[in-house]
Order: sequence, then C-alpha cells, then structure tokens
Amino acid sequence: MDLCSAVRDALGTVRDPELDEPVTDLGFVAEITADRGAVRVLLRLPTYFCAPNFAYLMVADARDAVAGIPEVRQADIRLVDHFMADEINAGVAGARGFELSFPGLADGELAELRLSFLRKAHRAAQHRLCRAVLRKGEGESGLTRLRLRDVPECDELRSLRRRRSDLNLPAGPDAPLLVHDDGRPVAADEQGSYLRLARATRVSIDGNADLCRGLLATRYAGR
Amino acid sequence: MYQKNGDRYFVVDGHVHFWDGSPANQRNKYGEGFIGCFYDYHRNLSPEEYVWPREKFERYAEDDLMSDLFDRGHVDVAIFLPTYLTDFYVNGFNTTEQDGAVAERHPGKFIVNGSWDPRDGEDGLRALEALAKRWNLKGAKLYTAEWKGNSKGWKLSDPWSYRYLEKCQELGITNIHVHKGPTIWPLNRDAFDVADVDDAATMFPDLNFIVEHCGLPRLEDFCWIAAQEPNVYGGLAVVMPFIHSRPRYFAQVMGELLYWLGEDRLLFASDYALWHPKWLIERFVDFQLPQDMQEEYGALTPDMKSKILGLNAARLYGLEVPEGTAAAEEERLQPT
Repeated sequence: MDLCSAVRDALGTVRDPELDEPVTDLGFVAEITADRGAVRVLLRLPTYFCAPNFAYLMVADARDAVAGIPEVRQADIRLVDHFMADEINAGVAGARGFELSFPGLADGELAELRLSFLRKAHRAAQHRLCRAVLRKGEGESGLTRLRLRDVPECDELRSLRRRRSDLNLPAGPDAPLLVHDDGRPVAADEQGSYLRLARATRVSIDGNADLCRGLLATRYAGR
Repeated sequence: MYQKNGDRYFVVDGHVHFWDGSPANQRNKYGEGFIGCFYDYHRNLSPEEYVWPREKFERYAEDDLMSDLFDRGHVDVAIFLPTYLTDFYVNGFNTTEQDGAVAERHPGKFIVNGSWDPRDGEDGLRALEALAKRWNLKGAKLYTAEWKGNSKGWKLSDPWSYRYLEKCQELGITNIHVHKGPTIWPLNRDAFDVADVDDAATMFPDLNFIVEHCGLPRLEDFCWIAAQEPNVYGGLAVVMPFIHSRPRYFAQVMGELLYWLGEDRLLFASDYALWHPKWLIERFVDFQLPQDMQEEYGALTPDMKSKILGLNAARLYGLEVPEGTAAAEEERLQPT
C-alpha cells in the first residue's frame, strides 16, 4: 500500500467529535501528499467560523494518527480557510496544547468537551439501536430488561459497542441495552424520558451532520 | 393576511435584517468571512430561483426589503433583530439605528429591537436606557459570540449580564432574543451550550427568552431547558428553510419542538435576507408531517400553524391581531 493510502486509512480513524463521523467520510480531507516519509495533509471545514475547539481536536487527532504510521518521518497537518487556522496549526505543530495555543481565550484543555460529545454520541447510538429493535417487533416497553445479547447482530449494535468502549462502558453480551452516561442501567420507569432525550440527541446530531455536508459542498463547489 | 384553503394567517416574521456586508463596509478578513458564511447558508438552503448574486446579498436595497417582506412575502409585521459586529464592519453589520430609520419610514410594519453587551459596563447601561427611550424597545437581540477587542464572547449568566437583564426588566424590554455563535469565552467549552439561558430564565421569570435557531446545533440541550423553563421560546430562523431541502429532517425537528415546547412557544422567522419569507410561509402552510412521523409526533393543524406564524409573536409584543384567524377565535374563548 502506498503511503498516501495508509495516511487516508489513518485519517479514517479521526472523527469529528461533534458530528460523530470520520473526517474522511465528511469530506474534510482536502489533500494528502507524501514525499519520502514527509506527509502533508490539508483539512477543510464547512464554514469559516466552525467552532475552533472541535477544529483543534480534529487537527490534533489527525496529527497523532498520521505520525503513528511507521513510515512517516514528518507529519504536517494544516487546517485551511478557517478564521483561526494559523493559531490552530501552530498550536498543534508545536504540541502546545489547547490552552497555550489560545492565550487568554481558554481556561483549560478539551478533555471535558470531548467527553460530553462522546456521551451524546452514545446516547444517540442507543436510540438508533432501539429503533432497529422496535422495527423487529419488540414492544415499546421492557427495553430496560434487555441485554446486548438479546439484540440481533446489526450495524447499530456494532456502532453502540464502539461508543461504549470509547467511554469504558460495559459492551459485552451481558451489558444492559440502555445505560446512563456513567454506566448505571436505565430503570424501567426512566425508559420513556430517557429515550425521548436520546431521540432529540440523535435528531440533532444527524441533522447537524447533514447540514455540514451540504455547507461543505456549497462552499467548495467547483474548487 | 395570508390566506390558503379558507384559513387566514396573521404573519409576524420574528427575525429580519437590513444589513450591510459589502466589501466597502468590511473592516477585516473576519467581516469578509462572516458574510461569506451567511451566503453559503443562503445558497445551500434556498430553492434555486430564490438565490441572489453575491453582490446583492452583501448589500440589498430598502425597496428589496419592503417588497420581499410585505408585497411578495406575505409578512404583516416584521421584527428587526440588530447584529452590530463592529469589530468586523466599519459602520456595524446591522444596527438599531439603521433598522430604526427604515422602520420610521414605514409605520406599522416593523418592530425595532435593541441590543446590549455586558462588557460595556456602566456606560452600556446608560446607552441602553437612551436606546430604549429613543426606539420604545420591547425586545433586545443578544449575540453572545460577538468579539470585542481581545474578548471572543460572553455568557448570559455573567454577573454583568444580570445587571443588564435587571435594566431590561425596569425598562419594559421583556423579550430577550438570544443568538449563540461559534466563538465564545472560554474557547475550550461548547459555545452552543444553552445552560446560561437556563440560569437567566430561572432568575428572570418575567422576561421571555427567545432562543434563536432553537439552539441548533444543540437541539437536544435547548429542548431540555425549554421543557423546564416556561419563559423560554424557540425562534425558528434557520430551522424553517430545511422545509425545502431536507423536509424529513424539518418534520423531525418540528416534531421534537412540538413535543418539548408545544405550539405556543415557537416563533416563525425567515432571518431575511438569509431566506425569503415567501416560500417559507407558503410551504409551511402546505406542510404536513409524513405519516410515519405523525404516529410518533402527531399532526400539524392550521391552528398550530397560525400560532407559530404570528399569534405567538403577537402575544409577546402586544400586537393587535386582526379578527378571523382560526387560532385567534380559539384564544378568545379561552383568554390566558
């Protein structure tokens, strides 16, 4: 496999934390070039004013992913066409961390932000799986009694397991189908309200991802 | 009033602009980027026949505004929401004074809203008093992502914000339109988080907090706080145009909003000139949730549409509603 393909594969593991999809699927990778182990990647986003914290996470994650390829000697990851591109690129290249990259504008690192979006993604994934289960004839109630082994293998289940492991939540056959952010099982009398919030979260993330795809296509049409 | 199939709709457009984003007014690359971003939203979500050339979108004429809203656009009353952005634009993007001048030339057509920024301290409080008196303000538009020198945003729960909200209460500025944007201090937190609106809405139960764009892209956070705070409303700017390009998504968002907030706390808005009200209104009146979603969310009735299109905003701003809208009849029987 040539190096550019290896880089693309590595970038496939980098997700937009807010949209919960790989940057390669979202069209955020504008260009990959490689010259004897020196790799350059250009990343682009749907708008000039996309949130700088998520942008920073994607550039930093992309750098880690590309630098982790054994043949890569030098990884130059650059965000383009963004109002804070210079600050983000310099911060990631210098491995300064987020707070030091934005002196006076941040009061900490991004771990908490990332965690809260992993939790949203997990909640939405549970709702997608419940929909899949419901379509297959399970009754609306009683979902809190189900374990993962009760659910037939499907894309939605694989997707839920991956998000569970991101959060170190139980993902084995005995794990409950519905758990809170902290791993506590959802109680029978909480099921309705829990799933309604999960549904709103799923609608929000899916719609946001769709809008971002559209804006990116409009922004870069013919370029 | 817009009429369709024997139903009459009093239309209040809850969010319109008269902006100047032209190169001559751009202060820097951020001003250029801001209007460019707006233009992509406009191009991406408008039906093709409603897409303007970039030059017109950057700066349109007062004649365009009047004809698009009131002649072609079915709007009865429009609410100006200013967006100053003086760090990006020499004369500001869209100030209260610029809106007010237009409104005075066309009596009865517009509601002029003001704006404030807690970082302006005591001077800003005095300026707000003068602004309220000059324009008889009933509402204010707040843009928490606005830059001011080194600061890249503020929160509604800041101590100085509370001083301004107290002042609003005192001056009768009861409608607080909140617009979240992508840059805010501190940058490591989620800029679209609406938790500060939750705090402010609890502290000021007599003020109405209209969250523009229904908190998108954080619909779930918005719905969660709106369900607990009866004085939180959803402004449908940016939500509306999905009716054209992504109707199933639009239906789903409307379903969620109706579930969490109900039909009495949603306000139609075009965000003109981002989108033209004519097609938004016509399609919304014709719109129905797909059958499979109606099982989950229920159906949209003409009464609900009538409230969303105008009666809810009319109630918040004390506008007189002409007789004959279906929901108005219903309200008369059950005064709130």
